[in-house]
Amino acid sequence: MILMDVEKIKNDFPILKRKISGKQVVYLDNGATSQKPVHVIEAMKRYYENHNANIHRSVHALAEEATKIYESARENVANFINAEKEEVIFTKNATEAINLVMYSWGLQLNKGDEIITTIMDHHSNIVPWQFLEKKGVKVSFIDITDDGMLKMDELGGKISSKTKLVAVTQASNVLGTINNVKEISKLAHDHGALCLVDGAQSVPKMQVDFKKINCDFLAFTGHKMLGPMGIGILAAKHEVLEKMNPFLYGGDMIKKVTVSGSTWNDLPWKFEAGTANVEGAVGLSAAVDYLKKIGMDSVRSHDKQITKYALQKLSEIDDVAIYGPSDPEKRTGAVSFNIIKNNNMLIHPHDLASLLNDKGIAIRSGNHCTQPLHDRLGVPSTSRASFYIYNTKEEVDILAEAINHAKKVFKLE
Amino acid sequence: MVIKLSSEEMYQDIILEYYKNPVNFGHLSAPTVKAEDSNPLCGDEIEIELLVEHNKIVDVKFYGKGCAISQASASMLTEKIKGMDIEEAAKLDRKDILEMLGIEMSPVRSKCALLSLKVMKLCAYQYMGKKMDENI
Repeated sequence: MILMDVEKIKNDFPILKRKISGKQVVYLDNGATSQKPVHVIEAMKRYYENHNANIHRSVHALAEEATKIYESARENVANFINAEKEEVIFTKNATEAINLVMYSWGLQLNKGDEIITTIMDHHSNIVPWQFLEKKGVKVSFIDITDDGMLKMDELGGKISSKTKLVAVTQASNVLGTINNVKEISKLAHDHGALCLVDGAQSVPKMQVDFKKINCDFLAFTGHKMLGPMGIGILAAKHEVLEKMNPFLYGGDMIKKVTVSGSTWNDLPWKFEAGTANVEGAVGLSAAVDYLKKIGMDSVRSHDKQITKYALQKLSEIDDVAIYGPSDPEKRTGAVSFNIIKNNNMLIHPHDLASLLNDKGIAIRSGNHCTQPLHDRLGVPSTSRASFYIYNTKEEVDILAEAINHAKKVFKLE
Repeated sequence: MVIKLSSEEMYQDIILEYYKNPVNFGHLSAPTVKAEDSNPLCGDEIEIELLVEHNKIVDVKFYGKGCAISQASASMLTEKIKGMDIEEAAKLDRKDILEMLGIEMSPVRSKCALLSLKVMKLCAYQYMGKKMDENI
């Protein structure tokens, strides 16, 4: 077992020193966004104070420096997920990365073609595909077992030569479930389909190897992995990108423009129109360095330990129902739960979140952009505590104590 | 008077009482008008039915599910408008609701508190045959 110095890590995050409701913040909403270490904040500040210019355009020193910084950030991210640098496209976020695939690849699909996603997927990996239903593309969903695992046999039964894409999350943002995307990718390829993996929750938490998974598309976002908001990534296979149309049209994505027409730039710039988010790429690159320094094995190991502890502590509280696999090996630290008895919500997640805020605890309440999953679970909403590298077992204790207190406020015990 | 409280204080007594034992919960057998809406953020759902005679709200029921704030606020609102002139009810605003609840809350939680007001106003405007264009 690899142990990290969590207290030392915590010290790198200025915001975690903040007080909420007079208490030191206990930030357990990492599934929504992570906090940022001083390394990331400083890197972005340094960029603006020393190197800022528009990239790929001017020949002056600042522009050359900014271009170099931007492209080395791309290389750093590519190495982190084991992809080639021309396979890494910067987007606004993971949602935009998936939409890029829908617009540049999906729009060429025809009536009768099928896309398979899953009931546990985020709206961002469902709604773009539903847009293609207008063209007669059929979208179907793979169900989960009662302990929150994907029904792989159902996928095996539904996939056919009509299937053009299997779009699946690597780690559920509600259940925590880790899907075997390598196997799913192989299954897709065996049927002549492509595979898109939503890595928004997995890339921050474990070693994700794009080549080893062998998927065609991997979408993820910077802000859930210590980086800034506004920078996402689409990693896609070279040969797939070559055949795709551009996404947004305009400056920087062209090779030559004449009044009679235009030709497209090389990969990956063909998919990056307009002025880039250089500051975002700089911040993300610093975040990657920070995670690499800790080591993704340690990040995963800590996530498993804290998840195991949280599952144990929460299950000790009467009337707490926890969703997703009970084995920490099969999941990440996104732990969703309800205070519920005989299908009757004893404390609504929003009320619980308000009460936990009194104790300085930040959790998420609602449907977490997964309404089909919540329909499947039979509840309108859940509370979610999601952990990251700076969270401690003591914070899980504070959470458990606050839940017990909320039950007292609601006169449940 | 609106008092700023911690969440814990917000949930004591009156709100919790209305949440656990809601007044006017259910359906009317023959409502004059009805409306419903939901809050996509938290999944709160509220349905309100009015029985109106000579422009006066003679009976009212609400139905729904959601957080304590949304459900208690709906229940208290139904009590408040019972017997009220429909045009008078249509004029109620967010200040009236927050005063009725007697608590101050964050903008996000205010949406929970104000959902029933919006649904009640939809009913009232529907009855008066007017279009509701204001944003609550």
